[in-house]
Amino acid sequence: MPATTLSKTAAHDPRVFDLDQLSLRELNQALHNLAPGSNETAWEVLNPKGSHSVAVGVDQPVAIDVRGSVGYYCGGMNSGSTITVHGSAGPGVGENMMSGSITIKGDASQYAGATGKGGLLVIEGNASSRCGISMKGIDIVVHGNIGHMSAFMAQSGNLVVLGDAGDALGDSIYEARLFVRGKVDSLGADCIAKEMRPEHLELLQGLLDRAGVTGVKPSEFKRYGSARTLYNFNIDNADAY
Amino acid sequence: MTYRNPPTTPRKSATFDDYTLSEIRRAAATGIYDIRGAGAKRKLPHFDDLLFLGASISRYPLEGYRERCDTSVVLGSRHAKKPIELKIPITIAGMSFGSLSGPAKEALGRGATLSGTSTTTGDGGMTEEERGHSKQLVYQYLPSRYGMNPRDLRRADAIEVVVGQGAKPGGGGMLLGQKISDRVAEMRTLPKGIDQRSASRHPDWTGPDDLEIKILELREITDWEKPIYVKVGGARPYYDTALAVKAGADVVVVDGMQGGTAATQEVFIENVGMPTLACIRPAVQALQDLGMHRKVQLIVSGGIRNGADVAKALALGVDAVSIGTAALVALGDNDPRWEAEYNELGTTAGAYDDWHEGRDPAGITTQDPELMKRVDPVAAGRRLANYLKVMTLEAQTIARACGKNSLHNLEPEDLVALTIEAAAMAGVPLAGTNWIPGKNGF
Repeated sequence: MPATTLSKTAAHDPRVFDLDQLSLRELNQALHNLAPGSNETAWEVLNPKGSHSVAVGVDQPVAIDVRGSVGYYCGGMNSGSTITVHGSAGPGVGENMMSGSITIKGDASQYAGATGKGGLLVIEGNASSRCGISMKGIDIVVHGNIGHMSAFMAQSGNLVVLGDAGDALGDSIYEARLFVRGKVDSLGADCIAKEMRPEHLELLQGLLDRAGVTGVKPSEFKRYGSARTLYNFNIDNADAY
Repeated sequence: MTYRNPPTTPRKSATFDDYTLSEIRRAAATGIYDIRGAGAKRKLPHFDDLLFLGASISRYPLEGYRERCDTSVVLGSRHAKKPIELKIPITIAGMSFGSLSGPAKEALGRGATLSGTSTTTGDGGMTEEERGHSKQLVYQYLPSRYGMNPRDLRRADAIEVVVGQGAKPGGGGMLLGQKISDRVAEMRTLPKGIDQRSASRHPDWTGPDDLEIKILELREITDWEKPIYVKVGGARPYYDTALAVKAGADVVVVDGMQGGTAATQEVFIENVGMPTLACIRPAVQALQDLGMHRKVQLIVSGGIRNGADVAKALALGVDAVSIGTAALVALGDNDPRWEAEYNELGTTAGAYDDWHEGRDPAGITTQDPELMKRVDPVAAGRRLANYLKVMTLEAQTIARACGKNSLHNLEPEDLVALTIEAAAMAGVPLAGTNWIPGKNGF
């Protein structure tokens, strides 16, 4: 890999990566080359112009500001970094995130946070279909609405939606918790509305705080989760599949 | 003395045979479809329907045991910085921790490593047992993404994007609650004891154009070091192979319907997908049409049992084969020494396929701590290594007899078919004729 030419002015100024000048490969390699404890903690990516796989597999606690919109899988498998996309994100943003956080200032396409194991994904606009599909511990907060089939087969973690949810929310859900403030078009198989107990209000307040949401009370949300009727196969439930 | 008409012998229906009748009764009594492990059990056109011609006046053989016959293969040279180099063209197929016990996974790693080949994770993530004991480990990237994480991705030697498998092209996985122990539950982020349903599609991509972007992401995460395989069930091998190549795969894995599963509906295993023999030539043809044969490697699996099967697959244009069921048998699966216990389970050694129930007397397809003690990973790994060695020697014996100094120099011209079906599927002449059904207008 050739040495990258960087406009690095001072130790704590952000390292600026202009994707008009440098390749995606150079960007991701530079991020992967970061040693633990590196003082290059601030990064800025210019001209992403819908590039796929921007800042994937980062495993150091650095802050990455992406100035523009990204394509597929931005922040995929993120482990510990803080990524902010000052634009919208294509499909699979933050897929399989382990830890850290990703904030999308605009909207997100399909599969946002798919299979995420941990960390926080904040979408300040709307998210499309299958948001939080197969989530496994990630927390997702969407300021706007989410599309159909969101939280399909969601295993664990929390999905918070300040707006509305599309059809078949939480289909075949396992133990993930869903909090929706607006209306839900329909619930998927085995997903039911559940009582909001004090511990859930507390949990939700913590998620709203972490996501920087103000002026919204946990009591405005409804909670949804698994009825657990499909956990062990029973032929009399066959119509539910 | 009264005359009695001669009785007719009671005749059972070929259509409604004993197995069919028992299955109707079972379905009526339980209301649940039959779930089992392993691959298709019905008789199918297979490698047994092909023969090698050997050398004769027109070509001379190599001296057995004296003249070299290379068995090595490099996988992933198209894009990966670190391709996989194997001493033998026989790899161990993906089988999950969860469906298999920890000691069984360790034994597979040990056996493969002794033999200079790779083993593969499964739908349950990477365990320390298999990473620690496998010199070359292929990490499967599955729809469920159970246990998927970037650390394991980077300590894998190759990544296999699993689109489908031969036992159930288009089907997801199923691990019934009996096998969801604390450890399996934790690895899969699921409550203990529930039925685990693996999705049939990847959650964040559909179709070949998305796959190309997904492969790019995996390459970027792993800094373009790892070979990326794409595994498909044997359904449309020509187009699936072509699309996998287009999406950027380094290696294409095609699994025929004899390839095993941990647990799938019987009706799915026996009625969906194509026999391994029928998958090979279309996949090879796709690579040849794209000018990518031997550049993108082809691995074929499903019913590989001995060195003859290996040699036949390679002669048809495959770069390597993969074994799953046969490897489990080498470890001790379905061993007659446990016959009394198989009988208690209502079956017999050789027929036991209720792998999903977790009560495997051989201790392989179980999470029962007592049963799994029956697998000694060192001894079982040694048996697997012995078996792989025998298969390799057998394949070399055939290749030398055909005058080849490398297994990969075997070619379709070395083969004939015993049946019209096999001739058509393999694209080789019916023995004693120059007739290849479907070729030259016939």
